[in-house]
Amino acid sequence: MTAAIEIRAVEKRFGNVSIIRDLNLSIEQGERHAIIGPNGAGKSTTFNLVSGHIRPTSGEIRLNGDVISGLRPFEINRRGLSRSFQVTNVFARMTVWENIRCAVLWATGHRYAFWKNVDDLPEVRRRTAEILESIHLTHRRDVPAGLLTYAEQRELEIGITIAGGADVIMLDEPTAGMSNMETDRAVTLIRRLTEGRTLVIVEHDMSVVFGLADRISVLVYGHIIASGTPEEIRNDPKVKEAYLGEEAH
Amino acid sequence: MLELIVISTLNGILFGMLLFLLSSGLTVIFSMMGVLNFAHASFYMLGAFFGYQLSRWIGFWPALVIAPLLVGMIGMAVERYGLRNTHKHGHVAELLLTFGLAFAIEEIVAMIWGRSPMDYRVPAALDFPAFSVFSTNYPAYKIFMLAVSALVFVVLLIVLKRTRVGLVVQAALTHPTMVAHLGHNVGRVFMLVFGVGSALAGLAGVIAGPSLVTQSDMAALLGPILFVVIVFGGLGSLPGAFIASLIIGLVQTFAVALNGSLASMFGPLDPGMGPSVLTDIWNVTIAQIAPILPYLLLVLVLIVRPMGLMGTRET
Amino acid sequence: MTDTATPATNIPTAPRGNNLRFYGMWAIGAIALVVLPLIFSSGGALTSFSLIGISIIFALSYNILLGQTGLLSFGHAVQYGLGGFMAVHLMNAIAAHGWFIPLPLAPLAGGVGGLAFAIVIGWVMTKRAGTVFAMISLGIGELVASSSLILRSVFGGESGITTDRTALPHIFGWSFGPQIQIYYLIAFWLMISTIAMYALTRTPLGRVCNAVRDNPERVEFIGYDPHVVRYIAFCLSGFFAGIAGGLAAINFEIANSAYLGAAQSGLVLFATFIGGTAYFVGPILGAILVTYLQLGLTSVTSVWQLYFGIIFIAIVMFAPGGIAGIVMMHRPLIRAGTLGTVIPAYLVSLVPTLVLALGVILAIETVAHYAESQGSAFSLFGIPFDTGSPLTWAAAVVLIVVGFLVARITWRRVAEAWDRATTVARERGYLA
Repeated sequence: MTAAIEIRAVEKRFGNVSIIRDLNLSIEQGERHAIIGPNGAGKSTTFNLVSGHIRPTSGEIRLNGDVISGLRPFEINRRGLSRSFQVTNVFARMTVWENIRCAVLWATGHRYAFWKNVDDLPEVRRRTAEILESIHLTHRRDVPAGLLTYAEQRELEIGITIAGGADVIMLDEPTAGMSNMETDRAVTLIRRLTEGRTLVIVEHDMSVVFGLADRISVLVYGHIIASGTPEEIRNDPKVKEAYLGEEAH
Repeated sequence: MLELIVISTLNGILFGMLLFLLSSGLTVIFSMMGVLNFAHASFYMLGAFFGYQLSRWIGFWPALVIAPLLVGMIGMAVERYGLRNTHKHGHVAELLLTFGLAFAIEEIVAMIWGRSPMDYRVPAALDFPAFSVFSTNYPAYKIFMLAVSALVFVVLLIVLKRTRVGLVVQAALTHPTMVAHLGHNVGRVFMLVFGVGSALAGLAGVIAGPSLVTQSDMAALLGPILFVVIVFGGLGSLPGAFIASLIIGLVQTFAVALNGSLASMFGPLDPGMGPSVLTDIWNVTIAQIAPILPYLLLVLVLIVRPMGLMGTRET
Repeated sequence: MTDTATPATNIPTAPRGNNLRFYGMWAIGAIALVVLPLIFSSGGALTSFSLIGISIIFALSYNILLGQTGLLSFGHAVQYGLGGFMAVHLMNAIAAHGWFIPLPLAPLAGGVGGLAFAIVIGWVMTKRAGTVFAMISLGIGELVASSSLILRSVFGGESGITTDRTALPHIFGWSFGPQIQIYYLIAFWLMISTIAMYALTRTPLGRVCNAVRDNPERVEFIGYDPHVVRYIAFCLSGFFAGIAGGLAAINFEIANSAYLGAAQSGLVLFATFIGGTAYFVGPILGAILVTYLQLGLTSVTSVWQLYFGIIFIAIVMFAPGGIAGIVMMHRPLIRAGTLGTVIPAYLVSLVPTLVLALGVILAIETVAHYAESQGSAFSLFGIPFDTGSPLTWAAAVVLIVVGFLVARITWRRVAEAWDRATTVARERGYLA
């Protein structure tokens, strides 16, 4: 079976600084994969590279076997990869309902249509309502996204990310800034919503990582020093030295 | 022909330096505050009219100092009481505020001084030919304009390299998001930068007024060219603004000086043909299309390099 | 028609209940268009209505860019003017060749003209949004306006190109000579265009335009190319601007380079923004007000454009939502029943604010008349003033200073009353 995401010898330089050096990573279909590492290790840069936000200086990235490095974000998205952002990145002046609906439109094939009434598309309405229900925001459907609470915006962010039905979902620190209770809720939500899909997640909260991930990769200074099951990572001396020893308790 | 080239080059560099006096302030303000000051050319016009009025009352030399200071103060007031309050509504609102201001300033100037050109004369001390090239006398006043522009250029460079505010401005040019983290005195730095930028525009107006036409539509005529310069050079790039100023200055000046058309080069079209777009284009002289050349350059650069010559910034 | 473009209030599960109100609004609008000239039948009123109709279409087309997609254009008159020229050339061709195309179809040619230009140049223009788009639109505007003076065979140079609207084939026995017939022609296209542009806000593209306006970066990650979205919005906006231009050409029986110029572009920006860009009805209100002021003020004062500038600056600084924004702000208060608590504060602040405005008007008029001929006399609201007398100048200064100082206090009171009213409205669940 082809890997969902295959990163081969990717390098990213800004000027003469290498943020990512010789990055190799393979993520299987249906796997829940967490990327961890100290601050500034290049986790968000990796996300940006894979999702097409920035282009790699060299190397190759494949999605379900097709080369996607060098494509624009919307082209990659149309091939079935969707990502969320670390800093909440919603459509602030639009209602919650509109936010989700816009994220559903391309996938339901309505594209740039200016001859269809958007309220008369049953499939769009059904999917929007379904996603709204699953992220528990149905009661807030008519509130402009900019007026939601922080935790609600984070949930909306996840909702927008999964709405298009992509089979590879990348979440960038989905629980950052949340209270313990909110985090638990979010983890349950993520687990349920990514059922049967491939999930790549960057997370600082180790309980989330070890509770959620099938496999974990440890990124240090733009390079993956270890990759394996949670058990293997926990016992890997290199990881203990480079990362867990310093930051985890 | 050689005479034309020498004179046009001189005039082109002069016009280019004048444009840079304006575009440098505009660029620095844009880089620091994210605001494109639509009224920048209006400050230039205010400089010219203040210069004219003060010259009549107290003479050109005091006017050369006082008029830019007045314009600078107006600029600071605009920043303090206008832009700072509008900032929370975003950059479009800020741009619209300066657009409304440009419109209002033009109407106020027209209301006070009328819509016909002013009799703004070159000061007597500079009213003589500096040297002659072939048969053309080159006026001393233009040399003076060139000298003032060059002086300002050098002073700006020193300020940027050597002072604290200069360092802040430089940092803002390369790292636009950093300005937000400068701390509580950022408001004063903004006001100062806006004031200095406006004063420079005012200075350009005072010295350009006697040489070009001082009239209430001068801002509306120069403004769009100014915006072409900074988009052409790449928004937020000072070297880009400099190069673009000179290019546009030279292109405009040379085009005005050239009288050739396709008809004069390849001979007239068959007179049997009626008037059409082809005959229009065939007969138009380069001097006649001079006003649209900057915009054609803009379209070209956008197709080839959407970021502008030296631009790195998305918005 | 008062329904918002964004945020959407017409929620998909409950539109049926609102249907009657919704279609009622449109029916009232249509009936008003038919009945208006019967009530105000003077020639002047008909001319005004015609001009207002044209500027409503123009302003609505502009709001497809500004309000819906977040594109600030300083050159929207280009599509308007090219539409006008297209219509004039078509009308002249119809008359010359004796084609059987009646006049009511000519605005469509204008639309096609605006659309064609947008299709050709739009792709390059919409590559980038924000400030860069604003500057490019300004540059393209200047380019086309200047070129129109060079390409005399198409644009007729300074004088423009004239046409005779009565020379086209007549239908229903209408010659389209009398202004009343032109009014109904404009009203017809106004209705069609308004419905079409309203419908556009309710399409997948219309919604994605809002998303591009709010956050173009994020749009790329839900499968859309923001450049394509901006481009299509630009083209559709150009089409409707062209229709407005075509109607103007029919109305005036001429198209000239002023149609394309910066002043025309500025005017539509003023109208749209003053009316309010966040609501569909905003540009309609703005177009009515600005056209009305334009027609009314020119006969009263020589510096009417300055008043425009001041009104515009005041709106940008104090009410960026425009007139529609101000009105809509009160909707939750009305629903919560707390509107009554702010009205006294409004009334109190009205007096000093009017004094301030009066002072500004007096100052402007005094300066304007003094500059024209020193020591001349003029009258304002029936009161005679002498520009040579220091008393006049002092009166203006006193009105402004006192008006401002007192008004500032009352404005603070308004803000406090407003805060209280919205707090209550929030508690009662009418505000998020």
